[in-house]
Amino acid sequence: MPNTYTKIASVSVSSALGAASMDFTSIPATYTDLLVKVSGRELTGVSLLFTMQINGVATNQATRELRGSGAAATSGTNTIATIDQNGSGTTASVFGSADIYISNYASTTTYKSYSIDSASENNGASAYMRLSAGLWSSNSAINQLTFYASSGNIAQYSTATLYGIVKS
Amino acid sequence: MADKKIIVNCETGEVSEVELTAEEVAQRAADATEAAKAKAEADADAAAKATAKTALLAKLGISAEEAALLLG
Repeated sequence: MPNTYTKIASVSVSSALGAASMDFTSIPATYTDLLVKVSGRELTGVSLLFTMQINGVATNQATRELRGSGAAATSGTNTIATIDQNGSGTTASVFGSADIYISNYASTTTYKSYSIDSASENNGASAYMRLSAGLWSSNSAINQLTFYASSGNIAQYSTATLYGIVKS
Repeated sequence: MADKKIIVNCETGEVSEVELTAEEVAQRAADATEAAKAKAEADADAAAKATAKTALLAKLGISAEEAALLLG
């Protein structure tokens, strides 16, 4: 189990107009794994979803997802990495939360697996939680991660923080 | 005003705001369509399961709490 977490960088949306995406570039290859913590909300959209791109593309991804609302659970597959976050119609000033863990991200000989644990919250109603297991089918080292709302801009005060983890 | 992406360079720590390219705008629209489709399918699936559950409970003449007791 890795025992070293180092904050690499963080992004915060400061404009009331929101932002199209939060983008980490030139991620150093000096760690073993990556962890991203996202606290997000859609500015105008109601999809309740963020998407994660790897190295600037949304392709070569395959996920298996389990999603629950408290009333029902569903599971399925996806070709993009989706993250439950708060939509603009949810309780004001409330943000979703997510952890994205990417193992062995700097490898140039293997595909990359990741897990996503995310939740949206709407004052006790219509909240969702999503657990995803994903695979990025590329041997390229991951040096860029991009997060954007699946509909419209990301709202002001949303944040994403990237951590590097070195094996113990 | 075009939408902007916030980019942080992890090597230098430099933060910049850059307008989306036409390709990125198109990709964004396609992703939004895909996300809306996936959400609609998930919502429909959940609603169908909830309806089926309610119908089954009514058919059995028991409450959801009683069904949970049986399955526990």
